[in-house]
Amino acid sequence: MHNKREPLLHISKRGAVKWYSAWLIRLAALVLAMLVCALVTTLTTGLNPLQIYATMWKGSFGSPRKIWVLSHDVAMLLCVSLAVTPAFRMKFWNIGAEGQTLAGCLAAASCMILLRNALPNWAIICCMVVASLLAGALWGLIPAFFKARWNTNETLFTLMMNYIATQLVAFFCVVWESPKGSGQIGIINQQSELGWLPVIGGQRYLLNILVVAFLCVAMYIYLNYSKHGYEISVVGESERTARYVGIKVDRIIIRTMVLSGAICGIAGLLLVGSTDHTLTTTLAGGNGFTAVMVSWLAKFNPIWMILTSFLITFLGRGASEISKAFSLNQSFADILTGIILFFIIGSEFFISYRVHLRGLAGKGAKQDV
Amino acid sequence: MFDIVSFIPRAVVQDIPLLFGSTGESLTEKSGNLNLGIPGVMYVGGISGVIGAFLYEQSLTASGAAMKAFPAVAIPLCASLLGSLIMGLIYCFLTVTLRANQNVTGLALTTFGVGIGNFFGGSLIKLSGSDVPSIALSATSAHFHRALPFAAKLGWFGQIFLSYGFLAYVAVIVSLIAAYVLRHTRVGLHLRSVGESPATADSAGISVSRYKYVATCLGCMIAGLGGLYYVMDYASGVWSNNAFGDRGWLAIALVIFTIWRPNVGVGASVLFGGLYILHMYIPSGMNLAVKELYKMLPYVVTIIVLVLTSMRNKRENHPPASLGLPYFREER
Repeated sequence: MHNKREPLLHISKRGAVKWYSAWLIRLAALVLAMLVCALVTTLTTGLNPLQIYATMWKGSFGSPRKIWVLSHDVAMLLCVSLAVTPAFRMKFWNIGAEGQTLAGCLAAASCMILLRNALPNWAIICCMVVASLLAGALWGLIPAFFKARWNTNETLFTLMMNYIATQLVAFFCVVWESPKGSGQIGIINQQSELGWLPVIGGQRYLLNILVVAFLCVAMYIYLNYSKHGYEISVVGESERTARYVGIKVDRIIIRTMVLSGAICGIAGLLLVGSTDHTLTTTLAGGNGFTAVMVSWLAKFNPIWMILTSFLITFLGRGASEISKAFSLNQSFADILTGIILFFIIGSEFFISYRVHLRGLAGKGAKQDV
Repeated sequence: MFDIVSFIPRAVVQDIPLLFGSTGESLTEKSGNLNLGIPGVMYVGGISGVIGAFLYEQSLTASGAAMKAFPAVAIPLCASLLGSLIMGLIYCFLTVTLRANQNVTGLALTTFGVGIGNFFGGSLIKLSGSDVPSIALSATSAHFHRALPFAAKLGWFGQIFLSYGFLAYVAVIVSLIAAYVLRHTRVGLHLRSVGESPATADSAGISVSRYKYVATCLGCMIAGLGGLYYVMDYASGVWSNNAFGDRGWLAIALVIFTIWRPNVGVGASVLFGGLYILHMYIPSGMNLAVKELYKMLPYVVTIIVLVLTSMRNKRENHPPASLGLPYFREER
């Protein structure tokens, strides 16, 4: 007997999906997203979509310099994504990477400014490394402590910590402003280059890329082959199980968030010490938020994250190239990135669930989508 | 001397967008959806209203007709509601129907919404091919900003309570209605049960998806009005990119501050609005840098409230138990 009120669609959970079919689904979503983006672009601006994608490609790979910038952007995004990943694996939703990075930036910059007349270059750099690690770690520790002790909602807590960091940076930007009255710091130690991290092989971006590449491998090993990584996974799967087998959950939460914050601190150090040599409230550039998506899209796997952070950076840079080339507003890039993200986010559903169509063509009309 | 009579109205005009945003987000969160896309939704609410008003004013200039009060208000209002409704539907489709991660979806929605706002804000004139120098909808804004006629005659009382455009009163009324519905009606009870324990609600015959959809979409539409109020009333119809700033995040902070009670939001948002502009009122001559520290206050206060409520561990002050979690019936 066929029940009349039986729903048209039936959803069931899939078992394990082969990795290639999962990536095939994601690829399909990406292609679909590109089509929609092309449609939106043509409708709002009347431009030829093919031309737009060609411009996008040129914007990222057009010249060696552009490739360097692209790789650097990928590396910095990857660095912050690596930082949030251990926390995400234990289902601690750290969306405060922006603030943790800024805390690292602030610490590094303050060492460069306060110690420039007191210590030799190598000592300043050592202080910068230590200070930015500690600052990032502290910014991660505060919400973690309250989460562990009183189960305070970490998503909202870390979100608020972002703005506290932003305002602190704004405060010090005025305190250390140069020239006076500008409200900006400008390039720190431009003449003496004190506290500037060394440039490797004449490429100013190479150091950051190498550091992040090392971090990426280290994080992969840490999460998959160490006792700590195992404990993180257990806490993430089930806190009760973790307690039952004698894992001290509070301690894991705090330890992991300190690590998470410290890596953000490294990102801050690299930004201030190696590439930008300045301090502004927007130095982290929204990477803290984008990292959440990068990490989640890669299913919290550090190696896949290289791909996803490349994808998002490529889209962002490409889209901003479009806006430049066709004299559109810069924010057009955000719209395209948003659309693409929606599609990729939506595609995850088809990886973990199976949709059965039924009731349309009578019995047995079961079709997998 | 601290001039309280001029301070309060300025705090209130700051607070109305926050109040709209936090009322909408409270409704949304009560259904178990943590919508971090609210900042984007508020941008879209604002720019949709601007587009509606802009097209209306352009059509008037073309035909030479005079502006009438009703369409001048109704067109931006409907456009704004429609824009934020679409944002809400995108969020719901992804998180409720497709069960995507809410944090990720919300952040993507914010990127998208802020992008839409700034893109159309910057290129509306070019796209529509008109020859005005900038988007200044002062005629429409005048209709939004019109205060009660006798407000000016009532001295300090009129200035503090009656000097605002009609959307400000709408904000207060909407949040009071939302509070009443949540606490005293059956629909509110069902909604809260969906947010606390969707499995229980489901087994009691409540349609979890429908409640989540309706609450989130309504929440987005209310929040979008905050954007509309900001552009049309506070900013006198002038759209400038990124001027709305981080008010969307502040609205989310306000939700926590009011411990998910929209009626508390009416007062608390004035406090937030006051904290937001307090740095303009500190005595001049003091160090400029200190002003930046004052801007930190709303966030610090929010964190303190967040920590205190979790320490006191009272049940009714907690976030909804299933906040941020997708619901799938077959997975218990």
